[in-house]
Amino acid sequence: MKDIKTDRRDIFFHKVLALASWVVVCLVLGILITLILSSLPIFKAAGLGFLFHKVWDPVNHRFGAMPFLAGTLLTSFLALVFSLPFSLAIALFLGEYFYQGAIASFFQSATELLAGIPSVIYGLWGIFVLVPLVRKLEMKLGILPYGVGIFTASLILSIMIIPYAASIAREVISLVPTELKEAAYGLGATRWEVIKHIIIPYARSGIFAGILLSLGRAIGETMAVTMVIGNNNQFPTSIFAPGNTMASVIANEFTEATSNIYLSALIGIALLLFLVTTVVNIIGRYIIKRLSVKK
Amino acid sequence: MKEIERNCKKRLFLNWFVQALVFVITGLSLVPLFFILFYLTKQGIGSVNWSFLTHLPRPVGESGGGVLNAIIGTLIIASLSTIMAIPIGVTAGIYLAEKKTGKLVHLLRLSTDILQSTPSIVLGVIAYLWIVKPAQSFSAFSGSVALAMMMLPTIVSSTEETLKLIPYTLKEASLALGVPYYRTVLKVILPSGISGILTGTLLGIARIAGETAPLLFTAFGSPYLNFNLFKPMNALPLVIFNYASSPYLEWWRQAWGASFILIVMVLCFNLLAKWGASKWKIKF
Amino acid sequence: MEDKILITEKLYAYYGEHCVLKDVNLEIPKFKITAIMGPSGCGKTTLLRCFNRLHELSPGGRIEGQIWLGKTNLLSLNPIMVRRKIGMVFQRPNPFPTMSIYDNVIAGYKLNGIKIKREEADQIVETSLKKAALWNEVKDFLHRKGTFLSGGQQQRLCIARALAMHPEALLLDEPTSALDPKSTAHIEELIIELKDSVTIVIVTHNIGQAGRVADYTAFLYLGELVEFGPTERLFTAPKDKRTEEYLSGKFG
Repeated sequence: MKDIKTDRRDIFFHKVLALASWVVVCLVLGILITLILSSLPIFKAAGLGFLFHKVWDPVNHRFGAMPFLAGTLLTSFLALVFSLPFSLAIALFLGEYFYQGAIASFFQSATELLAGIPSVIYGLWGIFVLVPLVRKLEMKLGILPYGVGIFTASLILSIMIIPYAASIAREVISLVPTELKEAAYGLGATRWEVIKHIIIPYARSGIFAGILLSLGRAIGETMAVTMVIGNNNQFPTSIFAPGNTMASVIANEFTEATSNIYLSALIGIALLLFLVTTVVNIIGRYIIKRLSVKK
Repeated sequence: MKEIERNCKKRLFLNWFVQALVFVITGLSLVPLFFILFYLTKQGIGSVNWSFLTHLPRPVGESGGGVLNAIIGTLIIASLSTIMAIPIGVTAGIYLAEKKTGKLVHLLRLSTDILQSTPSIVLGVIAYLWIVKPAQSFSAFSGSVALAMMMLPTIVSSTEETLKLIPYTLKEASLALGVPYYRTVLKVILPSGISGILTGTLLGIARIAGETAPLLFTAFGSPYLNFNLFKPMNALPLVIFNYASSPYLEWWRQAWGASFILIVMVLCFNLLAKWGASKWKIKF
Repeated sequence: MEDKILITEKLYAYYGEHCVLKDVNLEIPKFKITAIMGPSGCGKTTLLRCFNRLHELSPGGRIEGQIWLGKTNLLSLNPIMVRRKIGMVFQRPNPFPTMSIYDNVIAGYKLNGIKIKREEADQIVETSLKKAALWNEVKDFLHRKGTFLSGGQQQRLCIARALAMHPEALLLDEPTSALDPKSTAHIEELIIELKDSVTIVIVTHNIGQAGRVADYTAFLYLGELVEFGPTERLFTAPKDKRTEEYLSGKFG
């Protein structure tokens, strides 16, 4: 009798495990379906043109997502460019020069700390410290001194993604087999030559994946960007102009969206944001997984 | 020979130069961190005092006032999210660690990866559409749901990774005593992995406690002290955002104060996680 | 002849399509020590893991044929009941790291949710540890975690844990392969002392160990039972050429 009871409990236990897993899977499916269904009205009304129209004017019911697509692309791309030398340097520093010891753990904790600061605090700091600095720079350059804008947002974003990009790059660099490096040292190569001819080529696809994952991060980042980008719905004309990203326009206007079509347009942007970050991330993770398996 | 020697010198110089460059750039990358911490402490500490911690916000124009409701709100919302995320996350993590292959395993891995990469603002939109809109009211509960979704992948993957490290011999020892599979998992494997799971959870809490975007149109914020989960509730990140975007000097000062409290909270969770990881570590 | 306790009839074991045990017919005598030896990969551990049906938990693990424990057919029982009747000790000591020494000994009861009175538990812990020759070394810190013990002590703790369930047979899977010579000698003495109260089956690839402790020895080669008999007879006058070659160190 007791046996049957145990068997039943084991089966029940497996079912509970599977159930929780299905809950997670369904949650993600639910997110996708909800976004698609709720953004249907705008795609019905404007078609795919919704993505390409350059005018976003809720008062006159004109919804084009292009300014925000451009804003997101510009800020994320600039942020990547700004942060790349820094994250690569940290990765080499922690992955090759000082992979253990007090200095390494100090820099390790410092970058972890940097990664742990909430986005809204970056935003606050951006408003009160970075914006005035950028304004001064703009005055020197002789352009309209907004202070806020795409450039400022990119600066903040680059600071925010440095620790993330660095930790991925470091991980990838540490995957380079020691034998390869030692072989090169054995031939009389200097450290820089080992980095240039062994580490970078070996880790190239991993570094690319790291860039993709950081891009995913930057695209989805909301608060800090919202606080310093200037919230302008015009198509950006210069990198110093105020603008809006997909994430920041949702943050700014979601509670103000009075009509159904307005709300649907914002959800359409959310759907786009979801799809873009998902695709970028999955490709990045796929590359890294393949790389670790290769090792 | 001369040729080679000169070549060597050039190479060594280049090597030295790159090393110096890497060191300098690495050092420079920490400048923003110190810059931020410096401002946080300078502006923050001045604004934080006992009455800031124990009073409710006051209307514009009146001086004083604090962020008690936001501190309590953040704690309530974060705890509720944790309570929601742990059972599902840990169970799904066990599934991943125990099953290893299969259709559902792949689906679950893909789903946690997607959830991990989903921008937090999108989760806020989802919680709005699922809960706020049908209920026609902003609520702490909806905010917690959004944050729980954010936390879920962290818990799933930390559970999976911890449990995978537990030696198979331990499981065998239990099974060889005639202990049923479910009891083996619950009483032997899970307790052995508890430190890793707790650490993962604490890191998850640290991550969500500072999140603002998912709360903007869910918990929404409120100037009152509120314990009703189905009413709008204030949270520290919301206070920082709202005050920072206001035009009032006094509120800016308070935004720095709130930031200081928030960063201390986040740091505490991070340190607790680190401390716990070594303290509760189980030797095999 | 003595009583037989563990009997296999036409036993086949598989990993997926791969057959690791072929037609094994073995009769293990009660209250004796039986050694199973053979070169690596001959299926000796698999055979042991068939007795308590752990083999079925391996990916693709499958058993065909019959295994009898006295008069009960083990393959018709629930594996859980089989494992409570037959104890097992593994290659590497594996005490539960979350439990105290005390709790480790009565883990079989605790984990199975079998309720026992406090005095009864104390009694079981004491007798099991005494049987495992560990009592004197640990009696003063029964409530500390078992992980600080030496490898040999940990292995004896695992033996005590298995004995606490009053098994009808005790399976030892190369119990000394992870231990130093001194601990090995200690465990071997212990095994010999234990045979009065429990039937022991020990897998070993150490010929000397089989010679020192076992009353009977079975020689497995490539999944087949080549020879089985009293240890002395098998060692001095092997009937099969392969046994002779193995004993003289030709393979494995």
